[in-house]
Amino acid sequence: MSSIFSRGRLLLWGACLVVAIALPLVFKSGFMLSLLCQIGIMVVFALSYNMLLGQTGLLSFGHAVYYGLGAFITMHTLNLIGKDGSPLVVALLPLVGGLAGMLAGVVLGYVTTKKAGTTFAMISLGIGELVAACALMFPGFFGGEGGVSGNRVIAKQAFLGFTWGPQVEMYGLIVAWAFLATVAMFALTQTPLGRMANAVRDNPERAEFVGYDTQRVRYLMLILSGLFAGIAGGLTALNYEIVTAETLNAHTSGVVLLMTFVGGIGFFYGPIIGAILISVMQIVIGGMTHAWLLYFGLFFLFMVLMAPGGIASVITVQHKLWQAGLLGRMLPHYLATALPVLVLLAGLVGLIEMGYALLAGEGVGAGDTATKVMGMQLQLNAPEPWAAALATAALGLLLTRWIGGRTRVAWNAALAALHGDKA
Amino acid sequence: MEFVVISLLNGITYGLLLFMLSSGLTLIFSMMGILNFAHASFYMLGAYFAYQISTWVGFWPGLLVAPLLVGAVGAAVERYGLRRAHRFGHVAELLFTFGLAFLVEEIVHLIWGKVAVDYRIPLELDGTLFTLFDTSFPIYKGFMMLVSVGMLVALYMLLTRTRIGLIIQAALTKPDMVEALGHNVPRIFMLVFGGGTALAGLAGVIGGNAFVTEPGMAAAVGSIVFVVVVVGGLGSLTGAFVASLLIGCIQTFSVAMTLSITDVFALIGVALPEGSQVARLTITQLAPVLPYVLMVAILIFRPRGLMGARES
Repeated sequence: MSSIFSRGRLLLWGACLVVAIALPLVFKSGFMLSLLCQIGIMVVFALSYNMLLGQTGLLSFGHAVYYGLGAFITMHTLNLIGKDGSPLVVALLPLVGGLAGMLAGVVLGYVTTKKAGTTFAMISLGIGELVAACALMFPGFFGGEGGVSGNRVIAKQAFLGFTWGPQVEMYGLIVAWAFLATVAMFALTQTPLGRMANAVRDNPERAEFVGYDTQRVRYLMLILSGLFAGIAGGLTALNYEIVTAETLNAHTSGVVLLMTFVGGIGFFYGPIIGAILISVMQIVIGGMTHAWLLYFGLFFLFMVLMAPGGIASVITVQHKLWQAGLLGRMLPHYLATALPVLVLLAGLVGLIEMGYALLAGEGVGAGDTATKVMGMQLQLNAPEPWAAALATAALGLLLTRWIGGRTRVAWNAALAALHGDKA
Repeated sequence: MEFVVISLLNGITYGLLLFMLSSGLTLIFSMMGILNFAHASFYMLGAYFAYQISTWVGFWPGLLVAPLLVGAVGAAVERYGLRRAHRFGHVAELLFTFGLAFLVEEIVHLIWGKVAVDYRIPLELDGTLFTLFDTSFPIYKGFMMLVSVGMLVALYMLLTRTRIGLIIQAALTKPDMVEALGHNVPRIFMLVFGGGTALAGLAGVIGGNAFVTEPGMAAAVGSIVFVVVVVGGLGSLTGAFVASLLIGCIQTFSVAMTLSITDVFALIGVALPEGSQVARLTITQLAPVLPYVLMVAILIFRPRGLMGARES
């Protein structure tokens, strides 16, 4: 147990908690606060997803089922309590969501975890579609198109001064639950079950030879993952005070998969980075442009092709280089590559934004001929802006290829030196 | 009787369209081991390309050019994207196609907007082919059947009667040996991927105006195609054919049935307690769920599918 609660780890955990608590004191606006709440929920959801993908090697396309069911059950429980409950009960409601997600895992996981690999991916997709289709068939429970709504402020008296009415108090609740869930999920990776999950991921045949039932390990991991996804769902229900069928459809399953993968599935902290990054991008870039999903798709494909280990793996490699004293050698190369990449990005963004404005009729109305891109007022019916954007993109591409090639040579040399040092 | 015949005809038309999609998907899967999540996106691209071409030069050139364009896009995706992702393993490949599906939908949003486009059946094919029990059967459905069956025969001939078909079949099971014999297996993979996506594009060309051409069409048909491939057995063309017709018929029959679950149980002599929400559901309401129920049942009881040669 000493490895879990070593001094360095305790310091890191404590620092994270302090930062999480301190953030709303720095960013006081309502916008930032709701962003922080969203991040807290998504961190739990993405971590629960990585229990399957990263730790057990199960690629699931239907994880939103557990999240969504947790959210719906929490909302119905909240409405059931009505005016009689106390804020303490409300604070414990995410646990109800967690139990609902766990129960869903017990029932559905029995079917899905019989096989691993592609078959699991397919069954999880099928179950996901099944539950999403059911959501529209039973408007009594799922609330149809409008969803189910409730009110998290139910009591006359406060509990320790909390009513959960103001968003700050809700943020505190989310941080508490997210912290607890994260610690629990990390502790799980250190247990024999967590270790066996890794073994089942890496070499199921050998795990069976050692005497473990791989199906049972997968089943248990899915149940536990459902528990944490349900907690995240319960937090969503309390935070937004409305739950729609959207929470358990394929889109939500896709988003959590993208988040986890972009963050990095090979590391415990990867999904945390992914959840923070994607939530921030979603709200910040999504607020700036209608083309946000297009950028997101491009970014995701770029990550799959260039850094399949996710951001966490990139950070880890840099850390290793730094420890080996090689990072200083690479830094000028990074800076040199950053410039042409920025030029390329500027050109691409210009093209995409102008395209959106012209074709999708964003802004004033259809057939818009003028738009503002990066502070420039552009006339879209004239060829000049298009030519300029194309030229910028082409120049960026050429420079990136040229300088990128040299960076790659240096990169390979640094990696060789790094691995050479080890050997 | 009328209901059965008409539904059967509609079901077969729909099933043949599904087969056009699933045949490409299953070929790609059995050859390259890639479950192409973006397959339905190529179907959507086919429909949109055909719409764009039809606004310029009419439907008939589009019927030929759009699938070729889609195939070219597919081949390029294989050459410059998938081949790279392949180095990082199966999960990366799967995620690549997943991200691609996402991206294609956004690009369609960007170019053609978020609402359905007005992609119409050509005038020559607009009309009644024959009338059966007072219900008219449109010419266009007959045309769809003709194209699908033609494609089916052509695909069969290509795979079994030509040299390239034999190489493809050989590469399905023993890629290393085929490569050792001097064939360029990566190029064969690219051809198969391009061909498979071109088939999906053709399905889009004739399906887009029969149904509706909108950005959601890929997601709507995508999961059904997966059901078809899984039910038929991953990697089995015959299985995909049988499963396509089966799912096509299930879809069309169930949509038109107004029996409720209570009625069904009453038929076999079991009276369900009144009033529960589940018991009052009609088969029509259950229609969207039935394919997935079938898929989950197949995966549990016969994981290799109806005619699959191997498990996953």
